[in-house]
Amino acid sequence: MKAPDKLPRFLGRGLPYVDVSGLTGRLFVVEGTDGVGRSTQIESLKDWLELQGHAVVTTGWTRSPLMAGAIEEAKEGHSLNKTTFALLYACDFADRLENEIIPALRAGMIVLADRYCWTAFARNGVRGVDENWSRDLFGFALEPDVVIYLRTDVEHLVRRVIARGKLDYWESGLDLNLGEDPYDSFVVYQERLIERYDQMARAEHFEIIDANRAIPEIQNEIRQRVTAYLPQPSAVV
Amino acid sequence: MTVENPPAAPLSPLHTPHPYPGVLVVVEGIDGSGKSTQIRLLHRWLEAQGHDVVFTEWNSSELVRATTKFGKKKNLLTPTTFSLLHATDFADRFSTTIVPPLKAGMIVLADRYVYTAFARDVVRGVDRTWVRRVYAFALRPDVALYFKTPIDVSVARILNGRQKIKYYEAGMDLRLSADPVESFRQFQGRILQEYDAICAEFGLDVIDATRSIDAQQRAVRRISEAAIRKRRALAIEPRVTAAPVVERRSARRKEEAPK
Repeated sequence: MKAPDKLPRFLGRGLPYVDVSGLTGRLFVVEGTDGVGRSTQIESLKDWLELQGHAVVTTGWTRSPLMAGAIEEAKEGHSLNKTTFALLYACDFADRLENEIIPALRAGMIVLADRYCWTAFARNGVRGVDENWSRDLFGFALEPDVVIYLRTDVEHLVRRVIARGKLDYWESGLDLNLGEDPYDSFVVYQERLIERYDQMARAEHFEIIDANRAIPEIQNEIRQRVTAYLPQPSAVV
Repeated sequence: MTVENPPAAPLSPLHTPHPYPGVLVVVEGIDGSGKSTQIRLLHRWLEAQGHDVVFTEWNSSELVRATTKFGKKKNLLTPTTFSLLHATDFADRFSTTIVPPLKAGMIVLADRYVYTAFARDVVRGVDRTWVRRVYAFALRPDVALYFKTPIDVSVARILNGRQKIKYYEAGMDLRLSADPVESFRQFQGRILQEYDAICAEFGLDVIDATRSIDAQQRAVRRISEAAIRKRRALAIEPRVTAAPVVERRSARRKEEAPK
């Protein structure tokens, strides 16, 4: 990950028309599969950072004002092909990057991103979208300061998700025809996603955190890991 | 000759002939170049010849129309989201309206194709290589016609035909000029330069769009007819048997179940 005093870097070809000098904030990404507890951990991390005096904004996958409607509609229709879906999510991400993330970083804030392009890489990959194409597509993404990867396995995950409610169509990968019923499909689909997350986490040096533990334990470890990436307190003048 | 999945070559499919029995004809050019008139005349003629023809138009899919309208109204669009919305629209039409008729051996006419994105989006500021990679899934047309128009002719045609130049058509979002006509002139002028480079890069057929409509149409028909004959000579069978797309993994899954 980048050193705090350098110009931010992009994952690929970047945004040529955007001035990225002076982005003094920090971008922390939390990745992990569906139902692993990302949002709970992000809420708690946000509280802790704010108590220390940092201004924090959060942003999450498919939460862009521009694209939320189209994505909801597309998910209900079940009729889009995988390339079209990938582009819809990329557009959501671009909207949030340019209209939320970059302005917040310019204002010196800490941005907590619930999922980032690696979610798209994992999901696209499981659906057979060309890996290089996915990476090229998200070439405009800013490289985060750190990626926290909440790692679980499907045994723990499936119990947690069932306890929470019924299995979701998309979280079970039901569009892929992987199993006889939602449970079978969920297990196969999530196994494949986790395998891809694991590979990326190793190759791209994410901070890997065992998420098969109690919520406060996980939170403590996240806090320890992100401390190294926080802005240093400036000298009092 | 196989008509199954195109090989995953490192080269973009935009540089290699597509594998389907149908024929894809696309028209490109700046606003006011007369390309829509030409493709409409071609459409009528091909149907009169007894061909099955499907027509598709840039940025016309239901899926993104409302989003684009909303984004424009709220002034939310950036060069990248604008580009990705057009790519989403294209991917949707590509999979539903372009590829199926090509597989069935029909003729597809497209008013604007990926080259429009390569020209406009780059002028709006996105990376030239990035936008080409985004559209790397697209097929190379059998015929790609570029209607080359001097900027003055285009401006005169637009002003003659309509009340007002539209905001994005004039590239007003680029803040080139507060005057819509001057902005249009500058924006479309830059697009012309991109098109010239694209014609060389992708081998588009250039039609002189200052010639009379019927003279242009004769050229359009001659080129299209030759491409149809060439494609028919390959004698690719239309795909009528279903490809095995559904992967049933339940048996294998049991072996791989978590310990």
